Amino acid sequence: MAVAQLTREEVAHVARLARLELSEDELDTFTGQLADVLDHAADVEALEIDDVPPTAHPLPLVNVLREDVVMPSLDRVEVLAAAPHVEDGRFVVPRILGEAP
Amino acid sequence: MSTALEIAAAVRAGTTTARKVVEEHLAVASAREGELHACNLLMTDDALAAADAVDEAVARGDDPGPLAGVPIALKDNMCTRGVPTTCSSKILEGWTPPYNATVVDRLRAAGAIVIAKTNLDEFAMGSSTENSAFGPTRNPHDPSRVPGGSSGGSAAAVAAGYAPLALGSDTGGSIRQPAALCGVVGMKPTYGAVSRYGLIAFASSLDQIGPFATTVADAAALLEVIGGHDPLDTTSIAGPAPAVTAELGRGVEGLRVGVVQELSGEGIDPDVAARVGEASDALTAAGAKVEDASVPACTFGLSAYYLIAPAEASSNLARFDGVRYGLRVDGEDITEMYNRTRTAGFGAEVKRRIMLGTYALSAGYYDAYYGKALKVRTLIARDFAAAYEQFDVLISPTAPTTAFAFGAKTENPLSMYLSDVCTIPSNLAGHPAISGPFGTGDDGLPVGVQVLAPALGEPVMFRVAAAIEAAAPRSAS
Repeated sequence: MAVAQLTREEVAHVARLARLELSEDELDTFTGQLADVLDHAADVEALEIDDVPPTAHPLPLVNVLREDVVMPSLDRVEVLAAAPHVEDGRFVVPRILGEAP
Repeated sequence: MSTALEIAAAVRAGTTTARKVVEEHLAVASAREGELHACNLLMTDDALAAADAVDEAVARGDDPGPLAGVPIALKDNMCTRGVPTTCSSKILEGWTPPYNATVVDRLRAAGAIVIAKTNLDEFAMGSSTENSAFGPTRNPHDPSRVPGGSSGGSAAAVAAGYAPLALGSDTGGSIRQPAALCGVVGMKPTYGAVSRYGLIAFASSLDQIGPFATTVADAAALLEVIGGHDPLDTTSIAGPAPAVTAELGRGVEGLRVGVVQELSGEGIDPDVAARVGEASDALTAAGAKVEDASVPACTFGLSAYYLIAPAEASSNLARFDGVRYGLRVDGEDITEMYNRTRTAGFGAEVKRRIMLGTYALSAGYYDAYYGKALKVRTLIARDFAAAYEQFDVLISPTAPTTAFAFGAKTENPLSMYLSDVCTIPSNLAGHPAISGPFGTGDDGLPVGVQVLAPALGEPVMFRVAAAIEAAAPRSAS
């Protein structure tokens, strides 16, 4: 299966997914540069390795569990002090929904 | 300059003080920092206070630990409570973490003195430190050249004598490649051997913290302090740190050493290849049996890496959204705030990797790219396993070239990515690898030789690295 040539429109779509605003120049540059990297990756994309299992850790670790007991955690005041905007012990963000009609 | 082990012995014996040691190193850092820019922050006051605490412990008769009074520089992607941690990114400028990375707590418990947070390619993405939002670091051997990256600040700090030790992080070579380019020792442990808790994530299945030092013995001592199980990292390997110091004097008589053909030919500068040949001759002379080795799937390493690492980065860096920490650029609604914050906060290479990773993970492409790249990791691990049936360790160049000039690879990202071609396979397999200096190239700049070992093979790897170090030409610097 060959992956289709990367288009400028796809790059613009990916930028929206990634919450990045790219200028027209950046869109052109990134389209070429990302296409170069994907071209280089064509060797991997072409491999017939359906029966090979994936690897993410060199050792056969399984899920790590601990006793369900209360442990010390980060200091709430210290954590909130690092945030750009807080109120009443909470993070404040701009409005998420549009105005009611 | 003394080694870390010499300093610790003298401080513990009371023949010098931690304060004197720290003051001497801070003086070196102050003298050279204007030229080199190895650091984002020199922690002068904190370091002197910590040194005094070590000296008080010695005066009381307490043992301050195996790295008593030893100055160490930390790559600025490791969290230090109350001390700014930036990842050399505008998006984290001014942020002070509310907790310490596990390695930081272990260093302090061992008596080491953290003196600086070092510069890096933004979020550890790069091979030259040119991607730092705060300006590049310069190579102490030739300030017109890069120090390598992404841990270029840590490598330069050790090479210039700011500290005998530093920590870096290595996702595709980010400790070993700058160690090679700066003429110091740099080591990536087995994945899971050192806790990643408090290391700001780039590619979680590849990232490992590891030591920089001027000697193999110092790197071994540092690994023993930072390694070992940590319940706060779910990928942490059970058990203690690899015991490596005891291996250093054992020699290489009878060991089987393979020279990785796939990492030694095309694309490697001839002078670099010549030094690797001399290092393997030295191992033969020391009693090792050196032969050519083949790890065929290594040739897919770079492609697989540049699918996996950006994919994981695009997910990890989603947390930088202007809500809980770091930069916020306000907008009319939350989406506009996200967009403006991330657009203003991230540099070009970080955006490029986020874009690449988002694409590789997007609907319709996941199986073809990320899924397939994870299977390539299995192929590489299998080929390594086959090679390790015949060999105890493998060797290769660490980097294809010596330190290159600023700007030489910034226009073409793929050419920069090729700097990591020899180091990436170890990350994909999760194996340990170490780079030590071995002579210089035609330009007089340091060359690094890499020793690779199977998972948990640190003891034999350090043995071979020590033998290569013993045979290395003394550097002029």
